[in-house]
Amino acid sequence: MKNIKYIAIMALGLIACEPELDNSIEDAGFYSAGTADFSKFVSVGNSLTAGYADGTVYLEGQKYSYPNILADKFSHVGGGSFTQPLVSDNIGGLVLSGTQIPGFDTRLVLTGDPLGPDNLAGTPTTEVSDILTGPFNNVSAPGAKSFHLLSDTYGNISGVQTGTANPYFVRMASSPSATMLGDAVAQDPTFFSLWIGNNDILSFATSGGVGVDQLGNPNPATHGPNDITDPTLFHGTYDALLSGLTANGAKGVVMNLPSVTSIPFFTYVDHNPVPLDAATAGFLNSASAYGAYNAGIQGAFAYLVANTPLTQEMADAEIAKRTIVFSESANNALVIMDESLTDLTGINPALISMRQATAADLILLTTGPLIGTLAVEGDPTTTIGVAVPLNDSQVLTENEVSMVANAQTAYNNSISMLAAANDDVILVDVKTSMEQLANGGLSSNGVTITDVYATGGGFSLDGVHPTARGYAFISNIILERINEEFNATIPVTNTGNYPTTYID
Amino acid sequence: MKKLLSFVLFFLVGSTLYAGGYRVSIQGQKQLAMGHTGVAVISSAESVFFNPASISFLDGKMNFSLGVSGVIAETRYENKEFGDVNNTESGLATPFNFYATYKANDWLSFGLGVYTPYGSSVEWEKDWSGSHLVNDIDLKAIFVQPTIAVKISDKLSIGGGPIYVNGSVNFNKNLNRSLVDINGNRTNVTVEQKSISAWGYTLGVMIKPIEKLNIGFNYRSKVIMQAENGDADFENVPESLPNNLSDGKFDAELPLPAEITMGLSYEFCDKFLFAFDYNFAQWSEYEALVVEFDNDAGVSTSPRNYKDAETFRFGLQYEAHKKVTVRTGVYFDQSPVQDGYFAPETPRNDSVGYTAGLSFKVNDKLSIDASFLYLHFEEIDNSYDHYQESGQNAPFEGTYKSSVIAPGIGLSYKL
Repeated sequence: MKNIKYIAIMALGLIACEPELDNSIEDAGFYSAGTADFSKFVSVGNSLTAGYADGTVYLEGQKYSYPNILADKFSHVGGGSFTQPLVSDNIGGLVLSGTQIPGFDTRLVLTGDPLGPDNLAGTPTTEVSDILTGPFNNVSAPGAKSFHLLSDTYGNISGVQTGTANPYFVRMASSPSATMLGDAVAQDPTFFSLWIGNNDILSFATSGGVGVDQLGNPNPATHGPNDITDPTLFHGTYDALLSGLTANGAKGVVMNLPSVTSIPFFTYVDHNPVPLDAATAGFLNSASAYGAYNAGIQGAFAYLVANTPLTQEMADAEIAKRTIVFSESANNALVIMDESLTDLTGINPALISMRQATAADLILLTTGPLIGTLAVEGDPTTTIGVAVPLNDSQVLTENEVSMVANAQTAYNNSISMLAAANDDVILVDVKTSMEQLANGGLSSNGVTITDVYATGGGFSLDGVHPTARGYAFISNIILERINEEFNATIPVTNTGNYPTTYID
Repeated sequence: MKKLLSFVLFFLVGSTLYAGGYRVSIQGQKQLAMGHTGVAVISSAESVFFNPASISFLDGKMNFSLGVSGVIAETRYENKEFGDVNNTESGLATPFNFYATYKANDWLSFGLGVYTPYGSSVEWEKDWSGSHLVNDIDLKAIFVQPTIAVKISDKLSIGGGPIYVNGSVNFNKNLNRSLVDINGNRTNVTVEQKSISAWGYTLGVMIKPIEKLNIGFNYRSKVIMQAENGDADFENVPESLPNNLSDGKFDAELPLPAEITMGLSYEFCDKFLFAFDYNFAQWSEYEALVVEFDNDAGVSTSPRNYKDAETFRFGLQYEAHKKVTVRTGVYFDQSPVQDGYFAPETPRNDSVGYTAGLSFKVNDKLSIDASFLYLHFEEIDNSYDHYQESGQNAPFEGTYKSSVIAPGIGLSYKL
């Protein structure tokens, strides 16, 4: 009986006609690659190209890397396969010789009751010393700065501990002395994407500006990990990268760099989140607390005006900035350290360089949970952010914000200029698009993403990197530009179908 | 006994939706071959379905009909904006029918019908781009209809009977377009209930005003299939999700609409029979698919807003040989689905059915009936515009094209 049924199904299957559309998208020529050739697409960059999200690289994130999304769409117009250096799990993090590398933790997920971000429980299994066999179309390494793409020590496993190598590149490098650019160019791409330079400012910014602005020092060897890359060095590096990638006539897209103020890591925590009652505010303002400091700086500046070239005007301005006042309110400003203030500790060691934060200072996302906690357990006079100022690594001060913004502007000018100089290269203005996130959001396909942390849908839980949906929006912005400039008709992606934050 | 059991299982495999909505017009091989006309045709026990009044005029003391079709339906979906392509899995569905009539005396006849006029079995690729609307659906309904007919005069009979319906539903969809567990598995729900019982009835009138001309009228009542306390099985729910999406129960209902059919048949040139049926199905009954869950999934309302639909059927029969009768037909089937409500769970637009078939008389009592249906759909650009997420509309658009073929075989036996 069973056999008869199968025979019947097969017999009927033979005469069944599959429905075909008059004008199917699978017909040759339905979509057009325009003047571009997507047969060998190679993508070069940092974490944003790697599909990094929620503080790490994990399989789901790699699936939704923007170049992987692009490659899927390119497949409609002659795009070939797109390989990525896949990690081993959906846990995230990295191990080297069996030991978890510090700072390479598991992914952030929303967990607990109430829901909040936390590292996923689990042990990372992606072993850096298991070198993968390439080549990989996605040549990207989270953490890479512009000049790292030219470094021939960046893929050498012996440099992982000392910081001269990047474990993500080590895994995929064609040899220990390979450069990222070299591994990309060796694949002879017909089309490329390049999004680099973010970390040239971001590592400084996310560290709260503990590094140095290397403006005027074009030597990469003397750049520290948290420094701002010298714009001249950036320009030369970017020129070399573009020359390398276009040497064989490949066309490509380059993305410029978004502002730190478009990123929830810097905007989610307010500068004035301190609620105080009248009694506490009164105590804090009294001579037994900040009243003493306020009086001290008056005296110190009077001394400086009298004995140094400092003018009364300059002194008044800084006194106003440094005077610390609390009130009965839900919105008292935090007290922060600011190394750009005049050092008064030589006059009086108690007059440290602190002031109250303003909206121009960016409190880091990671600082948020510390605010209001006690630096010394059981001692209410050690409340962090009020009695104990936030330190340099917890805040990107106004002065540091402007260093970052100046470098960003310089880099973006270089990117625009170098892209404009090459007919085969188009610039995608991701910076302007991302500014929309803080300004009503971006909408398509029945979803809106904003820059709101955790719930905005655009940024993953690390507050810096996009969600899968965020990467889908970025992909569409890139695809629209490609269609426009290269006369192509590549389909876009349905942003509504992409996940946002993951719940454990 | 074992053979009988597997036979029954074979017939219960399922019924594919292919006419407007989830109506499956394959209720008799002879009549299907004539464009599924039959409200005014006096031919075989199939009349139990087509017009219970007409069994009064059947020849013979007893009549039996048994038939089954193999329906192969497939739908293609494409979306040009996103480059999405999907085909439904082409399974085999087997709507079947069994009819018996018994003439107690000159004016009183009895009948019994068992048939499957509604069903839907659509299976898209799991997690396809419309998976927030449907991954797969399987509706089945078996109608059992005891029938009584009274011949009032040689020109008029009436008939009718209650209908007992036993149905089942199994429906899987993803909870929304993007919710996943930490490994990226889509959160989805399956609702299932078996053995849903419901009742309806049918009434018919047959008039023979002049020789060779028959006029028939048939009314079939609506039947509301109510799933109560069915099983709702939620899969891949993130553990820490604050909403309670644990497995539970659901309630829902699905209307099988009332149907009015009227038509005529006319014999000419001795060997020819022409038949025409007009169907009117009150699909406007189906306003929304409302599924009530007993957990935080709450009440899910998917507007359907079906409209009443008409079908025009034409059939022709020719006695080619004393042993062979050939039939053909065509029908124009209006879809109850309105623009903007085109959901991939019932991806049906207007269609034209082409039918053919023949009967071979083995002897005076037994004949073998073969039928074939090809249902032609134009391709259509349409959308389902009534899906919302976080208060924002997210239309699901695309180009659809369906194709259906259904060869069938049956037996008629006359005593």
